[in-house]
Amino acid sequence: MSDAAGTAPGPAVPDRRAERAAARRARTLRHQGIAIASTVVVLGGLAVLLLTSPGWPVFRDAFFDPEVFRDSFPRILEAFWLDIRVFMVVEVVVLILGLTVALLRTVDVPALFPLKILAVGYTDVFRGIPTILLVYLIGFGVPAIAVGESASGAQPLAWLPTEPVVLGGLALALSYGAYVSEVYRAGINSIHRGQRDAALAVGLTERQALRHVIVPQAVRRVGPPLLNDFIALQKDVALIAIIGVTGEAFRQAQIDSLASFNYTPLVAAALLYLLITIPMARLLDRWERRRQTR
Amino acid sequence: MSGPVLEFRGVTKSFGDLEVLHGIDLAVHEHEAVAVIGASGSGKSTLLRCVDLLEDIDDGDIFLDGEVITDPSVDSVGVRRRLGLVFQAYNLFPHLNVIDNVLLGIVQGRSVPGDQARVIAHELLERFGMAGREDDLPDRLSGGQQQRVAIARAFATRPRAMLLDEVTSALDPELVGEVLEAVRDLKDEGATMLLATHEMGFAREVADTVGFLHEGRLIEIGPPEQVLEAPVEDETKRFLRRLLVAGRA
Repeated sequence: MSDAAGTAPGPAVPDRRAERAAARRARTLRHQGIAIASTVVVLGGLAVLLLTSPGWPVFRDAFFDPEVFRDSFPRILEAFWLDIRVFMVVEVVVLILGLTVALLRTVDVPALFPLKILAVGYTDVFRGIPTILLVYLIGFGVPAIAVGESASGAQPLAWLPTEPVVLGGLALALSYGAYVSEVYRAGINSIHRGQRDAALAVGLTERQALRHVIVPQAVRRVGPPLLNDFIALQKDVALIAIIGVTGEAFRQAQIDSLASFNYTPLVAAALLYLLITIPMARLLDRWERRRQTR
Repeated sequence: MSGPVLEFRGVTKSFGDLEVLHGIDLAVHEHEAVAVIGASGSGKSTLLRCVDLLEDIDDGDIFLDGEVITDPSVDSVGVRRRLGLVFQAYNLFPHLNVIDNVLLGIVQGRSVPGDQARVIAHELLERFGMAGREDDLPDRLSGGQQQRVAIARAFATRPRAMLLDEVTSALDPELVGEVLEAVRDLKDEGATMLLATHEMGFAREVADTVGFLHEGRLIEIGPPEQVLEAPVEDETKRFLRRLLVAGRA
């Protein structure tokens, strides 16, 4: 029966294409309309509620004072430059440290076994300590032992760095290096065994296989989680303010805030962090989307 | 005639309690193609992986050009550089384009100068019908194309023996032909080959010798017309009948 229907010259098939396209367009329009209307109602309602509430003027004056903002913003922006520099230096150290630790934990070379133990200990300890505690411990602890005297009155550890910004950066690098090494390690472990087999089969040594086949693929795979850790690090640079690093954005905002009895400088600093972290987050989203469509 | 290129003597291999290979004796002579057939799980792949020293054997020995290669003191990298292994799942390096896949082993493994290696790689890719695709990443290629690149990659170092592990099993039926063509090319080139397959037509056409592997034992071995057309062992008959029913013979 179906054969007959396929070959018999039936009535002309009406062109349903235009009709369907029109229906699809109408549905899209309807959905967009509903989305816009509901957004206006909900967000508008919230705005009205907020702006007409009796507490609004108090809130506004404490956090969004335009005059205080204008006065403090240039200083905070200048201080933010230090945050960015610290971030960039620490990030490079973290990437190298993290990969080194991950590789030490991955390779099976008997002579490197003690380093492997150290690598495991390092990740366990530094990932388990709150970053703020680590900043405090290193930022104040290292200068304390640098001036410490031995029985003979000499200062055997006087060579240690005592600059707060250096020590703060070191603490951040140690903390994030531990996280990032685990990200790298997960990436290395996720590369299929067949890749190592193929690398060995074409005549590479284990080391060459790691260098030319496993690690390049692992690094590509962990790009998004690494970027996620960059975002976290960018924010945590503010932690170095607690050990007395001057000229850092959060610290500057704190000073300005105390001087003006107003929280607007802190909001200004928050804006600067968002200016960096939100684009990074969007970049991350795009990256992930591109990988999924590939 | 000189001795075999590859020789197995009493090769035994277990994974835990499971004995995968039991007392395998087999020789592959220069320019000879030996096909090992058998059901999945019969140990075919393990046999090839043991030759390329990707697995340690438990007992017996494997010889390459008369030298034992399964001694723990043997430099496994040096042995692998004299062999070419092609995997069922191609295992191309996904981060490297076609030509770099072929080049990696020659340049890093064999320290052939870059220019010279490039010439070799181009020639090989052309031979296997991949000219013009040098700059593509593997994920842009069909399975058949990927496998042809993998064959070029394994053959690039002119190995003493090619080990082909079910090279057509992962392919869609319409792509099998082009890979078989590449293997025929290797055969015409005079390559010494040990291949695992359950593609009977392939074994019949390319192989000089066919061995039937059943539960880790080589229970029948001989010329293809004998093993495939007039097998002696009941297990071989049963296996071939099953393939016939499944339309794979």
